[in-house]
Amino acid sequence: MAFIPHTTEDVAEMLAAIGASRVDELFDEIPAALVAAPLQGVPPALSEMQVGRLMSERAAQDGRPLCFIGAGAYEHHIPAPVWAIATRGEFYSAYTPYQAEASQGTLQVIYEYQSMMCALTGMEVSNASLYDGASALAEACLTAVRAHRASTSRRILVPRTINPVYLAVAQTIAGNQNVVFQPVDFDRAQGRTLIDALRPYEGEDYAAVVVQQPNYFGVLEQVDALVDWAHENDMLVIAVVNPLSLAVLKPPGEWGSPAAAKRGADIVCGEGQPLGVPLSSGGPYFGFMTTRMQYVRQMPGRIVGRTVDVDGREGFTLTLQAREQHIRRSKANSNICTNQGLTVTAATIYLALLGADGLARVAEASMARTRELVAALTAVRGVRALFTGENFHEAVLGFDRPVAPLLAALAQRGIQGGLDLSERFPELGHALLVCATETKTAEDIARYARALEELQNPAALTRGAA
Amino acid sequence: MSEILPEDLHYTKSHEWVRKLPGGEVEVGITDHAQEALGDLVFVEVPEAGRRVAAGEACAVVESVKAASDIYSPVDGVVVASNAALASTPELLNEAPYGAGWLMRIAVDGDGALAGLLDADAYAALLAEESK
Repeated sequence: MAFIPHTTEDVAEMLAAIGASRVDELFDEIPAALVAAPLQGVPPALSEMQVGRLMSERAAQDGRPLCFIGAGAYEHHIPAPVWAIATRGEFYSAYTPYQAEASQGTLQVIYEYQSMMCALTGMEVSNASLYDGASALAEACLTAVRAHRASTSRRILVPRTINPVYLAVAQTIAGNQNVVFQPVDFDRAQGRTLIDALRPYEGEDYAAVVVQQPNYFGVLEQVDALVDWAHENDMLVIAVVNPLSLAVLKPPGEWGSPAAAKRGADIVCGEGQPLGVPLSSGGPYFGFMTTRMQYVRQMPGRIVGRTVDVDGREGFTLTLQAREQHIRRSKANSNICTNQGLTVTAATIYLALLGADGLARVAEASMARTRELVAALTAVRGVRALFTGENFHEAVLGFDRPVAPLLAALAQRGIQGGLDLSERFPELGHALLVCATETKTAEDIARYARALEELQNPAALTRGAA
Repeated sequence: MSEILPEDLHYTKSHEWVRKLPGGEVEVGITDHAQEALGDLVFVEVPEAGRRVAAGEACAVVESVKAASDIYSPVDGVVVASNAALASTPELLNEAPYGAGWLMRIAVDGDGALAGLLDADAYAALLAEESK
């Protein structure tokens, strides 16, 4: 779709028609005290050539490190067709065009995306996506508070094993709407949440429990027990999942014991980046949210539906928009519920290309590489696996010395060795979160282990050289 | 076009009607004018029995193909029943706004709860004023 801004003549003509002398006059009703001052620290405009040069130089600073950092964003191989198709002119747009009469292709892609996310998560309805995994959790919490009709509680139980960045964002967004997050501690040996830690909240009035699978430490939570406990205590379950892991793990819709009166998570959300979206320095990614049909009206965002036109031919259109902000204003389900059309297009193509088998192969290869990585690194003296819980494709290692200097030294060797957890989880001591996906070879892992050996045991090395 | 305005009901400025029932309860719905303005209703969300509501509090949502609108409680009280038939047949609100399309029944606090509401004549005058 072409986007042609107004010319100077257009603007002058429109101002003349309404009797205003300049565009700024249209904003005169905003009290002066509320008008932001000019932005501080923003440099003057640059030409396209200057921007291109600046960005190339900045990108070169990143180098091409061998990356073993996960923590919510994961390096996966993206087959060439994914972005070759996603960047076709029909899809490549700064804004998602929703007009049914002009955008059947775009709408069908979103419809297929929703169908795939429902299949992966075991849920009945999906929205057209959200900004990212963190804001998706915030929206899921607000959805749960609205959806829990037997309770007006705005309190939510949040195990400390969820991504701390997600919790910070959820607190920023939902905290301002009086949602209160109660942290639940994890087991230091297993690295996951035990039912015992939830016992103090038994019979208490909470709207929901958040369960992240795999959790921030890469450890698999005992989701069946957690979901049964939540439902027994009349709380909804918000699942935060890595969509790739669902190729090999039980979908959240089936969490809980088969004998339980109510089974499965109620709302599922997460970060879609692992599905064909490059790391690209942190974004843009996309968030996803699926739920049960009974909660569809509490879910934020757009939903594309399949229907028929007046001649009975199949077509696609936005549906269930009545709770959106252009209609409900301040009473809308969400005021930040646009979707990420382009990255969703890439994810849909990625999923379609790989299929269920391909996705499972990526997940299994990532798990296998991580097991090899943990084995290689814990063979180094002074390095141990910190938790006994089973892992997906990330793990926490414990060190006998501070991690930050090691990471700096590894970076000088072209290796991003993982994420230092000492700031967010000081109780874990010198702890490092590492990840290996299918993109890492046996040689990559050996290279990391050799570098770590040199750094951990320089004396042995010096003797060897002498 | 003239709307149907039963004489025995009370009305609010936000287009709800109130029917006095025996035993200190009232039945609440939306007026013929309101259903006409909203268009075809596709979903109705009513409060659960046992919920305490205050006069003027948003306590139900009616959703048409083009908008979702809050319904405000006309009185202080406790919801004793809501119309379960609306979950599967929201069109009852369009077809019989003063009958089968009722929304909820509320046990009213105190006796003077209906004092501030409009009678049919006053509501008709309000509609005439709004259509000017």
